[in-house]
Amino acid sequence: MVEAAIFQELSWNPLTDLRELLTYPFMVNALEAGTIVAVMAGVTGWFMVLRRQTFAGHTLSVIAFPGAAAASLAGLPLAVGYFGFCGLGALALAGIAGSRRSLSAESAAIGSLQALALALGFLFVSLYHGVLNGVDSLLFGTFLGITRGQVAVLLAVAAAAVSLVAIAARPLFFASVDAEVARAGGVPVRLLGFGFLLVLGLSVAETSQITGALLVFALLVTPAATAHQLTPRPLLGIALSVALALGVTWLGLALAYFSIYPVGFYVTSLSFGVYVLVRVGRALGSRRRATARLALEAA
Amino acid sequence: MFAHEFMRNALIAGSFVGLACGLVGYFVVLRAQVFAGDALSHVAFTGALIAAVLGLNIVAGLFAATILGGIVMGILGDKARADDVTIGSLFAWTLGLGVLFLSIFTTQDSAGNGTAGVRVLFGSIFGLSTADVRISVVLAVLAGALLLTIARPLLFASLDAAVAEAQGVPVRALGLGFLALLGLVAAEATQAVGALLLLGLLAAPAGAAHRLTTRPYRGLVLSALFSVGSIWIGLTLAYVFPTLPPSSMIIAAAAGIYLLAIASTTTRDPRAVWLRLANG
Repeated sequence: MVEAAIFQELSWNPLTDLRELLTYPFMVNALEAGTIVAVMAGVTGWFMVLRRQTFAGHTLSVIAFPGAAAASLAGLPLAVGYFGFCGLGALALAGIAGSRRSLSAESAAIGSLQALALALGFLFVSLYHGVLNGVDSLLFGTFLGITRGQVAVLLAVAAAAVSLVAIAARPLFFASVDAEVARAGGVPVRLLGFGFLLVLGLSVAETSQITGALLVFALLVTPAATAHQLTPRPLLGIALSVALALGVTWLGLALAYFSIYPVGFYVTSLSFGVYVLVRVGRALGSRRRATARLALEAA
Repeated sequence: MFAHEFMRNALIAGSFVGLACGLVGYFVVLRAQVFAGDALSHVAFTGALIAAVLGLNIVAGLFAATILGGIVMGILGDKARADDVTIGSLFAWTLGLGVLFLSIFTTQDSAGNGTAGVRVLFGSIFGLSTADVRISVVLAVLAGALLLTIARPLLFASLDAAVAEAQGVPVRALGLGFLALLGLVAAEATQAVGALLLLGLLAAPAGAAHRLTTRPYRGLVLSALFSVGSIWIGLTLAYVFPTLPPSSMIIAAAAGIYLLAIASTTTRDPRAVWLRLANG
């Protein structure tokens, strides 16, 4: 792992640590990229959890891997592979969702699609005869060596994705909460579903260039799931989801900088820790409310 | 092809792994639990790497992790059907742990172990020893026998949990037991096609079987046949063209069978497809 190559001393003074963190351009780039990715993942992830499309979202994030592998095999820029395959994946998933078969048939189709995508990715990597360590970085990402150009592209894509979601937010929310009523109300439910998968594919393709294909999902699902636990209100929920994603990304990057362990471990562990805390807190809270109600009834 | 020992080992182990995957996969698809299989593949990856870092037997770590993972998912889920968001959050973290152990493992011992992660992720069916084959045959037979014993009540519980519960079928215990069994089979499949691709062996042959028949026992047989068939096709392809990785070919064969099943059930008349395409 490349991350192990740099190891910095932690001074336990947050200000000096922060200053040291920001002296290196690669770290500034990483923090900027992480910020953009976190905002995008927080927004689209919130809708993904609302629409109960975690399996589809995970499949899309996995499809980024064969995309990158195919691009390096064909000698194309990696971004072409990421976007091309994630776009195709969104099309296929929309087709599967559109066929409106039973839940079990849908999950079988999504699962087969995902496995096929991974199999293709491995095939391309084997044909490429590249160093097998390349697989690790395609799957698990690296936050080192992010260029200014990449940050600019990230920003453009994120702006496009987030504004698309913002424009369609109201009908998308309506269609996600109650598809039947929304359809009766004249909302183009299928079109919205397909559009959302495309935006999800877009953000996944962008995110996986930094986090790797396997870890995008952590940023998409966990902060959003935590936000859904905390509030059912859409705007507050999205804000919370973005804030959580930002928090874990920043802290994860900083921790990875000061230790020898990979950033993916910190980001996933921090976000899962928050999720567990919230779940436990809610469970305790509802038990306390229940005992209070019992006491009231007894009195 | 059969003259090589590694090929014979791969075919024998692969057939039994395929058999177990096809049988269990039929129920996985029926119960719409493919996502649980997806989660178990990440658990398998992390379990194997934890065992590697601690210097334990990788295969033992694999089995322990996936069976435990199946049970945890069963407990977490309501009525032993874990919900997607909880599973998703959990396995995202599991994967993060896996990455941590991968980095510890690669820094701990850089000589020759750099590809350990890739081996776990994508399998090494041509590298199985005779002892490995014996273990996987025994476990596959065990898993298949266990599944066939509980097949009837499990089928009932999967199709209509409420009625089954009223009839005295232990729905929750069956669900938990099934997920543990799924964990066992997932670990088996990890050795053949790797942690990331085992989902294909669980979902694609069973998906094809569900497309072709609604009758459960015929479906189970079909699913097992498709699964074993894709392993044979995949292994043969990888043998004939040595540059092609066997695990990719196995999954490609399984996906091909699934696509054929979809195509053959979508329309009986090929002209209708062309007409529909021509008319937009």
